[in-house]
Amino acid sequence: MKTVFKRPDSLKNVQTHFCPGCHHGSVHRLVAEALDEHKIRSETIGVASVGCSVFLYGYFDVDVIESPHGRAPAVATGAKRARPDRIVFTYQGDGDLAAIGMSEIIHAANRGEDFTVIFVNNTTYGMTGGQMAPTTLPGQKTSTSPYGRDVKNDGAPFKMAELLAQLEGVAFTARVAVNNPKNVLQAKKMISTAFRYQVEKKGFSFIEVLASCPTNWGMQPLAANQRVSDEMIPYFPLGIYRNTANL
Amino acid sequence: MSVNETGKVFIKGNEAVAMAALEAGCKCYFGYPITPQSDIPEYLSRELVKRGGVFIQAESEIGAINMLLGASATGVRAMTSSSGPGISLKQEGISYMAGAELPGVIVDIMRAGPGLGGIDASQADYFQATRGGGHGGYRIIVLAPASVQEMYDLTMLAFDLSDQYRIPALVLADSAIGQMKESIVLNARKQISLPDKSWAVRGRAGDDQQNVVKSLYLGDGEMEAFHWKMHARYQTLSDYECRWEEVMTTDAKLIVTAFGSTSRIAKTAITMAREEGLKVGLMRPISLFPFPKKAYAQLSDHCKYFLDIELSTGQMIDDVRLSVARDAEVFFYGRPPGAGSLPTPEELLEQIKKFYQTVISHQGD
Amino acid sequence: MRYDVFIAGYGGQGVLLAGNLISYAAILEGKNVSFFPAYGVEKRGGAAMCTIVFADGDTGSPIVGNPSVAICLNQLSFDKYSSKVKAGGVCIVNLSLVNTDGFSDSDVFLIPIPMNQIAQDLGDIRMVNMVACGAYASISGSLGIDTLGEALKKAIPEKNHALIPANIRALEAGAEAANARRKA
Repeated sequence: MKTVFKRPDSLKNVQTHFCPGCHHGSVHRLVAEALDEHKIRSETIGVASVGCSVFLYGYFDVDVIESPHGRAPAVATGAKRARPDRIVFTYQGDGDLAAIGMSEIIHAANRGEDFTVIFVNNTTYGMTGGQMAPTTLPGQKTSTSPYGRDVKNDGAPFKMAELLAQLEGVAFTARVAVNNPKNVLQAKKMISTAFRYQVEKKGFSFIEVLASCPTNWGMQPLAANQRVSDEMIPYFPLGIYRNTANL
Repeated sequence: MSVNETGKVFIKGNEAVAMAALEAGCKCYFGYPITPQSDIPEYLSRELVKRGGVFIQAESEIGAINMLLGASATGVRAMTSSSGPGISLKQEGISYMAGAELPGVIVDIMRAGPGLGGIDASQADYFQATRGGGHGGYRIIVLAPASVQEMYDLTMLAFDLSDQYRIPALVLADSAIGQMKESIVLNARKQISLPDKSWAVRGRAGDDQQNVVKSLYLGDGEMEAFHWKMHARYQTLSDYECRWEEVMTTDAKLIVTAFGSTSRIAKTAITMAREEGLKVGLMRPISLFPFPKKAYAQLSDHCKYFLDIELSTGQMIDDVRLSVARDAEVFFYGRPPGAGSLPTPEELLEQIKKFYQTVISHQGD
Repeated sequence: MRYDVFIAGYGGQGVLLAGNLISYAAILEGKNVSFFPAYGVEKRGGAAMCTIVFADGDTGSPIVGNPSVAICLNQLSFDKYSSKVKAGGVCIVNLSLVNTDGFSDSDVFLIPIPMNQIAQDLGDIRMVNMVACGAYASISGSLGIDTLGEALKKAIPEKNHALIPANIRALEAGAEAANARRKA
């Protein structure tokens, strides 16, 4: 009998704590598949951040270091430099990476640190209850932007995949989504490429994943999936923004 | 730097820290420039890299301490160094390291504060160092060198103690000790047996066990259990790792107590006092955490008067008062940081004489 | 024995190099040494000073309130520090730049030496610090002039070692000048 669907070895056989319709589960799976595909699970160190993604070690069957809020790229720098023969990735949300951790991510990218960053952008702080994030869309209502994000007051959302693409140390940046099968297939390819670049010691690789947060958006999962297509992708276009293989 | 025929080298306190780190097998240094400690990163940027180690000038003190966290989590020896304003920024990371039971060495060459303060020698970060400094309730090992030789020896000890107890260790000195040069012996690293780092995150290859370095404790009773476990470990430190120096305390009627640079000056002052017939001694804590409480208690069995001297308005004095017998009196002479804050031995002698008079008038000759 | 010497001048007079040289010489003679530099916020100019303590045993306090010997290379340091020299101590003064009129401390031996002049006569005014070190060794009897000469190899960078013979002449000239003053 042919196996057509199985759990990646890099994921533990446990139920997640994520809300119904949340995309973290899909992103976890794609990362795990990449680790399996490149046969790097046993040499991988995951670096968890603060937010919904803090429980990385509960789902991934790899060694994990937990970081202070926003500092995962600095922690990953220390780990990778100390053990350059290991595969290191961070897994961070938008508040963690693009607000409190902006300094750490920019400098790690600029140094061309040889690790992979999985950046989950769902336009809100999920764990703390749906506050405005640095990627919250203009006009989007959150618990701390009750009248909608006002760009004059709060600035415009950061486009991290584009921003980091400007830095010479960066080998690969791309933005993907996981809200429909076509996007999932594309995301799988990009995440796999990011890890392959690390295996090949090409330098810093960065994948921004547009994700839903039905709970904090106050939406049903299907409507949340639709919002990714209707509102997020137009503002945060999918695609590859830097690829040193093409330079 | 060249080794002399006498086997001694003549180096700055800050350089001694850097050289000790190399001898201790430190593999990674992460730092950020700040006066008066920049000799440490400058030295290591040359020498650590030559030896195949890692040197990164981080984007900030926050970046540096978290790089230390990451490197240390993989089981290698690593360090950072800074001064007041930078040490404040590092407190977040130190708290996470304490929470994750990570070793790591932090060197603090104290300067004047609060705020931007100044670069004069100061001891006003005693509280910050010995009370943990960050959030959540923890302690770190704190060692206070009083000479360039001790800058070297105690930095090496900091690596050993930190690995042994899985607690971050801080070497607490000031700009006077950091900037002065002395002839010292480059002692070889002590070969002691330390617990292996089976907890380290290195990828699962080898042990096929998932290792997680974390400080989040959400399980029922987990956080409380962690606190009591660490409490017991801090107690073990207090029982076995207190270090101090006593000078002429046996017959002393007044015991001067000070740490770091101040103790060094005080030592000469008590020698001068002895020459004038005053029965004065010195108690110098070398480990500030664990604080040598029992040693103070024992001293106060026979000597009821102490004179605490600090380059602040008084911080260590709290620990001294908590340690000595209840009927002992602790006087204070403070020189908060500022231009010319370091007292001369002659000035301390004057203070010693003044307080000695009080002792005699209370006690008789 | 425990010796201490305080050196002060303005930036550029080689105060710290003089301190380093004395330190290296003391180490060569088997002493323990503490060298305490005063440093300011500004990197250049302004006052420069340092204290060197050396001893067979413990050096004790690196800071000395009342030094046994003070070397004052300019007027400002003489005005500020000559009164700090302890009773029975020595104040070596750069007579080329310092007016000692009005100095009345009879407990302190004043050794005025025209250091700039001597250095200039030897061909380089920058050797004023070497003249001072020679004078100090001779007056204090704490270090051999030969040892100071030997210590130059450690105190100055290798690329400047060609200047060692000239510096040794300056050390010797300083010592002779101090000897002459003492006999006078």
